[in-house]
Amino acid sequence: MTAYLLRRIVSGLVTLVVASIVVFSVLEVIPGDPARLMLGMNATDDAVQALRVQMGLDQGFLIRYFHWTGGLLTLDFGKSYTYSVPVGELIAERVTVSLPLALIALALSTAIAIPVGVFAAARRGKPADTISMAVAQVGVAIPNFWFALLLVYLFAVWLQLVPAGGFPGWQAGIGPALKALILPAIALALPQAAILARVSRSALIEVLGEDFIRMARAKGLSRNAALWRHALRNAMLPVLTILGLQFAFLLAGTVIIENVFYLPGVGRLVVQAINQRDLIVVESVVMLLVASVILINLLVDMAYAVVDPRLRTRA
Amino acid sequence: MTIWKSVFAAALMALASGTAHAARTDLVLGIPLEPPHLDPTAGAAAAIDEVLYANVFEGLTRIGSRGEVLPALAESWMISDDGKTYTFKLRTGAKFHDGTDFDANDVKFSLDRARADDSTNAQKGLFAAIDTADVVDPATLRVTLKNPQGSFLYNLGWGDAVIVAPESAETNKEKPVGTGPFRFDRWAKGSSITLVKADSYWGEPVALDRAEFRIIPDAAAAVPALLSGDVQALPNYQLGDALPQVESDPRFKVVIGSTEGETILAINNKKPPFDQLKVRQAIAHVIDRKAIIDGASGGYGVPIGSHFSPANEAYIDLTGTYAYDPAKARELLTEAGFPNGFKTTLKLPPVGYARDGGQIIASELRGIGIDAEIIPVEWADWLKQVFTEKDYDLSIVSHTEPNDIDIYARKDYYFNYDNPAFDKVLEELHLTSDGAKRKELYGTAQKILADDAVNGFLFELPKIGIWDAKVEGLWENSPIQANDLTKVRWAD
Repeated sequence: MTAYLLRRIVSGLVTLVVASIVVFSVLEVIPGDPARLMLGMNATDDAVQALRVQMGLDQGFLIRYFHWTGGLLTLDFGKSYTYSVPVGELIAERVTVSLPLALIALALSTAIAIPVGVFAAARRGKPADTISMAVAQVGVAIPNFWFALLLVYLFAVWLQLVPAGGFPGWQAGIGPALKALILPAIALALPQAAILARVSRSALIEVLGEDFIRMARAKGLSRNAALWRHALRNAMLPVLTILGLQFAFLLAGTVIIENVFYLPGVGRLVVQAINQRDLIVVESVVMLLVASVILINLLVDMAYAVVDPRLRTRA
Repeated sequence: MTIWKSVFAAALMALASGTAHAARTDLVLGIPLEPPHLDPTAGAAAAIDEVLYANVFEGLTRIGSRGEVLPALAESWMISDDGKTYTFKLRTGAKFHDGTDFDANDVKFSLDRARADDSTNAQKGLFAAIDTADVVDPATLRVTLKNPQGSFLYNLGWGDAVIVAPESAETNKEKPVGTGPFRFDRWAKGSSITLVKADSYWGEPVALDRAEFRIIPDAAAAVPALLSGDVQALPNYQLGDALPQVESDPRFKVVIGSTEGETILAINNKKPPFDQLKVRQAIAHVIDRKAIIDGASGGYGVPIGSHFSPANEAYIDLTGTYAYDPAKARELLTEAGFPNGFKTTLKLPPVGYARDGGQIIASELRGIGIDAEIIPVEWADWLKQVFTEKDYDLSIVSHTEPNDIDIYARKDYYFNYDNPAFDKVLEELHLTSDGAKRKELYGTAQKILADDAVNGFLFELPKIGIWDAKVEGLWENSPIQANDLTKVRWAD
C-alpha cells in the first residue's frame, strides 16, 4: 500500500514539473502583449514600454520561468498584470465559489445517478429501465448552457424563487450564497448525473452476472440485498473513476455555466485572463488545476484501495 | 372638538406619510466587461470609465451627455490671447473621498504624472501640448502650452485626465479615491462594483444612495437578469436577437443612441494592391452599408462616409462619395489592372459586428472577384498582428475614442495612410480654437478621407440601452464611454 501510494505521488510530482514547463512555454508562444492590450490603441509606444518594465516583461524567458516556479514552491504565485494584486489572492477568492459549486454539483449528481443506475439495473430490459435510460440519454445530449437558461427563465424570471445569476459572496450569509449556487449546481449536475447513471447501470449489470452474486442468491439473499450488499460495492470501481474525472471537469470546465450565471469562479477567471494576456494568472490557475487533478486521481486511487482490498495487499 | 380635530389631522398625516413612499434610491446596472482595475489614468479599457467617470472621478472639465465641454473641478478659465496660457479657477471646498482637500497642487500633480517619462497613461498624447503647469495659489492653476491647442479643454474632460491625489494615486487601481458625487465602496472581483453616495460632495448631491455595476458578460444572461428584476438597467449591450423580447415589454425602456465608434473596414494603404486609389474606390463602391447594418448591428446604427461621428456638429454626410454600385466597382478594378479580381485576407477581431459584418463584406467583395479569406483573431492577436505589426490586408474594427480623426495624420498608424494635404489640415485644426473655423476644417478633413477612400467607412456603432421605465437620467448617447449617474433618479 505505501509503495503503491509512493509511486503515485512521485509520478504526480514529475507530471507537475513537466506541466509547468509546458504551460509556461506555450503561453510564451501565443502572440499578444499584455501591456499594449491594457493601454489600447491610442497609447504611445513609450507609455507601453514603461508599463512593460513595470510588469517585469522586459526580462528574459528563463529568468521569468525560474522566478515564477521559485515563487510557486513558496506558494507565491506572483502579481496579476491586469489586476495588479497577488494572483494567490485572486484565485483564493474564486475558489470559494468554484469549489462549493463543484462539490454541490457532484453531491447532487451522485445522489441522483446511483439510485437511478441501481433502479435501472435491477429492472434490466423492463420498461422502467428503458425509460430511465432514455431520459438519461436526453440528459447527456442537452447542452448545459441551454438547460441553464431554461432553469433561469423558469425559476428566476417566472417563479422568482432565486436570483437569475450572480454571487452575493459568502459574507452575505450562507442562505443567499447557497441560493445563488443552486441553479448553476443543478445545471451542472444533471448532465453529469446522466452519464454517471448510465455507467453505474452497466457496471452493475456486469457484476450481477458474476458467479458470486448467483452464489449469494443461492444462499437465500433477496435480490435487493444481493444488489445493495454485494453487487454495488463491486460496481463502484468504474463509477469512482468517472466520478474522479467528473470532479476535475467540474472544477475546470464550469466556464460556460459560470458565464450563464455570471459567477465569479475560477473558469471565468481563466478565460478573462487569457483574453487579457494576464499570463501569470493563466499559468498559475492551470498549474493549480493540474495539481488538483493529480490530487483527485491520487484520492481516487486510494479509494480504489478501500473498495478493492486486493490493491491493498498486492503492492 | 379641537382635540378631535387635531387627532384627525395627525391621523391623516400619518396616513399620508405612509402612502407617499419615498422613491427608490438604489440602482443595479449590468455591464458586459469587468474593468481590469479602477484607475482611469492607467488603462484604456472602456469599462474603467464606464464605472468611475463623473461618478467617482472628476477632471478639470467634463464631457456632457451631448459631447459638450462643461466645467467640473475648474469653475471657470481664462485663455490668453495667443491661446497658449490657460488660467483655471478651481472649485473651493471640494474634497477627496479620503477626507483630504482638493487644491491646485493635486491638479499639478495629476497633469505632471500623466505626462511624465514613466507615465503609463493610455492617452499620454492628450497632454503632449502642455509645457508647464504652475500653482498660482491653492485655487488657481496656470497651464502653459507649447503651442495653442484647439481641443485642449475637451482633452481635459477625458477619463484619462481626471484629477487624483498624490496620497492615493498609487492605490487607485484597487481603491479609487476621487472627488465625485459617489465614492467607491466595494469591488467583488468577477461579480460587481458598488458605489455609494459621497456626503462630502461639493456640488449638487445625487439622488441615488447606492449604485452597483454587476458584471454580466453574456447578453443572453443579461436579459433574464433584467426581466427578473435583479438588475434594473443595461446601459450598453449588443443584444442582437434578445432585443425584441424586451422591446415589447412596457416595464422597460429601450433607448437607441449613438456612440463615438466609427466602424470601418480598415485597409492597409501601403500594401499592394491597396496602394492604388482605384482599388480602394472599388471596395468603397461595393460596400452596401444598409446590408451591413442590418446583418451586423441588428438594423441599428447610422451609415458614415468618413471617419466622423454623425452626433458631432461638424459632421458632414459623405456616404454618397462612392455610392453602392458594383458595376462601377468592377470597372474601377479593371482599370486598376485586376479584371479578374485578386486574393486577399480579412482579419476579424472577436466582436459581433466584425465577425458578422466580415461575412457580408467578404461576400460583397466576391461579387467583383476579390476573394477575401476570413481569418478570425483574438483581441490580443489583433493588437499585435494588425495594429502593431501592420501585418494585414483588410480588417473590421470600431474606433471608439471620441473625436479621433487625427489618427489619420499619425505617422506609422496601422492604416499606413500618408497624405500631406490631410496632415496640413489637421495641423491647422490643432492650432485653431475658433469654433466656426474648426468646424470648417473638420469638414475638409472628412472630405479628404472620404475622397481618398482610405478605409471602408461603414457605420457609427449604436448604443443600445434598456432600463426600467421608471429610471430617469441615464445617457441616451455615448459621447464618451461613461455611465454618468449624476442625474439618475427613480420616478415616483
